[in-house]
Amino acid sequence: MTSSSLRLRAGLVSIVLLAAFLGIWHLATRSTGATTTMSPEYAKLMGLTATQGKSAMPGPVDVGAKLWEHVRRPFYDNGPNDKGLGIQLGYSIARVGTGYLLAVLVAIPLGFLIGMSPLLSKALDPFIQVLKPISPLAWMPLALYTIKDSSISAIFVIFICSIWPMLLNTVFGVASVRKEWINVARTLEVGTVRRAFTVILPAAAPTILTGMRISIGIAWLVIVAAEMLVGGTGIGYFVWNEWNNLSITNVIIAILLIGVVGMLLDQILARFTRMVTFPE
Amino acid sequence: MTDKFISIEGIAKRYPGASGATTTIFENLWLSMARGEFACVIGHSGCGKTTVLNILAGLDAPSEGAVIVDGQAISGTSLDRAVIFQSHALLPWRTVLGNVGYAVSSKWRSWDRAKVRAHAQTFIDLVGLTGSEHKRPSELSGGMKQRVGIARALSITPKMMLMDEPFSALDALTRGTLQDEVRRICLETGQTAFMITHDVDEAIYLADKIFLMTNGPGAVLAEVVENPLPRDRGRIDLHRHPLYYALRNHIIDFLVTRSKTFTTETPHHDPRDVPLVQIGKPGLTLAAGSDELRQTWMPETNPGLSA
Repeated sequence: MTSSSLRLRAGLVSIVLLAAFLGIWHLATRSTGATTTMSPEYAKLMGLTATQGKSAMPGPVDVGAKLWEHVRRPFYDNGPNDKGLGIQLGYSIARVGTGYLLAVLVAIPLGFLIGMSPLLSKALDPFIQVLKPISPLAWMPLALYTIKDSSISAIFVIFICSIWPMLLNTVFGVASVRKEWINVARTLEVGTVRRAFTVILPAAAPTILTGMRISIGIAWLVIVAAEMLVGGTGIGYFVWNEWNNLSITNVIIAILLIGVVGMLLDQILARFTRMVTFPE
Repeated sequence: MTDKFISIEGIAKRYPGASGATTTIFENLWLSMARGEFACVIGHSGCGKTTVLNILAGLDAPSEGAVIVDGQAISGTSLDRAVIFQSHALLPWRTVLGNVGYAVSSKWRSWDRAKVRAHAQTFIDLVGLTGSEHKRPSELSGGMKQRVGIARALSITPKMMLMDEPFSALDALTRGTLQDEVRRICLETGQTAFMITHDVDEAIYLADKIFLMTNGPGAVLAEVVENPLPRDRGRIDLHRHPLYYALRNHIIDFLVTRSKTFTTETPHHDPRDVPLVQIGKPGLTLAAGSDELRQTWMPETNPGLSA
């Protein structure tokens, strides 16, 4: 079997699974017909859930219709509690992007230093080991207290959660550059700075990029929780706001979009990783 | 041999061992080479051959002693001493041209791109890789990779080449071709070459002088064997030379038995006066016995080293 036919068959199975899922979802949440007899006015007040046996959980058709509404108007702004999904996602992506970039700017140079210096590596290891397992949200109160700005606090939380995988991977990548490549640079009398950029960086790049890919995944996980706490804007706030509005349809749509955006971010980093990976 | 181009003077290498003791790989090692000479070091694993080479390259520092190259004590690596690594050590993210060019631009930092490329290309052509300039190391066979390693070493026009078992990972046919190339290039350019090998035939084919080292730890340079074969020797009729088997047997005997027993059987071995064995020279013996070998030493061939 060729790989193209395998992909075709895998695609078919995916579609069948999706259809089955949507079908079961639809059947489980559809109306079962009139359950009780009541006057039409009273029935109108009670809603479909009470009168038609409709589940409180929206079905795929409701979600699809609502999603279509959002897709048609992604950027509307009707005040603080009613913004388009595009705007909410935009806020989240901007926060993740800022916190993540700051983390890149700190983690990679610092990781380089630690990786190249066995002394620093040993000296900083206990700090890193203690700081790494702290849930990023645990920093939130401290951040809010010191920074006194909820939006910047969210960025700080993203920064602190994305820094560790990048830092550790950079340290590991830099420290485990093959000795023979370093020796090549040494026999060619290549200076430290040039060696760092022409040998160590390209050799460690795949490991560093893997760390960056893990980080962006964690950052995207954390932003939803952080925005639920700080409120105001963002997809996390949107989820919590729609829960307060008891709009399960919107919550489901938000869940779906969080997944899609997370996948896209991961794919972008995966593409960068492929660009710097070298075959041996 | 009045011109001592390389002189290793009493170097030692010690590593801290378990429970405070130090392991001495070798100590008081003296060795010299003339300009344009091709020397091979033969000895069993663990005798410190690679350490000697790394010290010569400047990648490793001796615990004692000094190395003098061209009248100057070395400290650290130098572009004058090119290394061909056993594992070729090409940078996999660079092309063939990129790898050679990296060396060229490291030596001549002010050169522009075109000049670096042209210079690198000359050496890629020299090792017979014309047409593969833009391939990456992963697309090359083992032999081609080692050719790139040779081109990279030669491209910086070093004063000497250091080779650490450069062909040991290659198949016999490729190894033969590359030995021919290295021999041709070294003769043409008058390179001084220092090569570590396990292959007796390789040493006989390539070397002017063969250094025999005893087993480590505590390895010593036991003998320097002068290759009696003519300089314009050919691979095909090498084994027909009347002294070929005498030379080969001498080295094999050393590797099989004497490398283990040399230190105990020769208590008065003076590392500064390592016997020079000249196989087939009139008046010299060819035996494997160490007592007789003492007589083969001719002090006048080692001026400056004599006590």
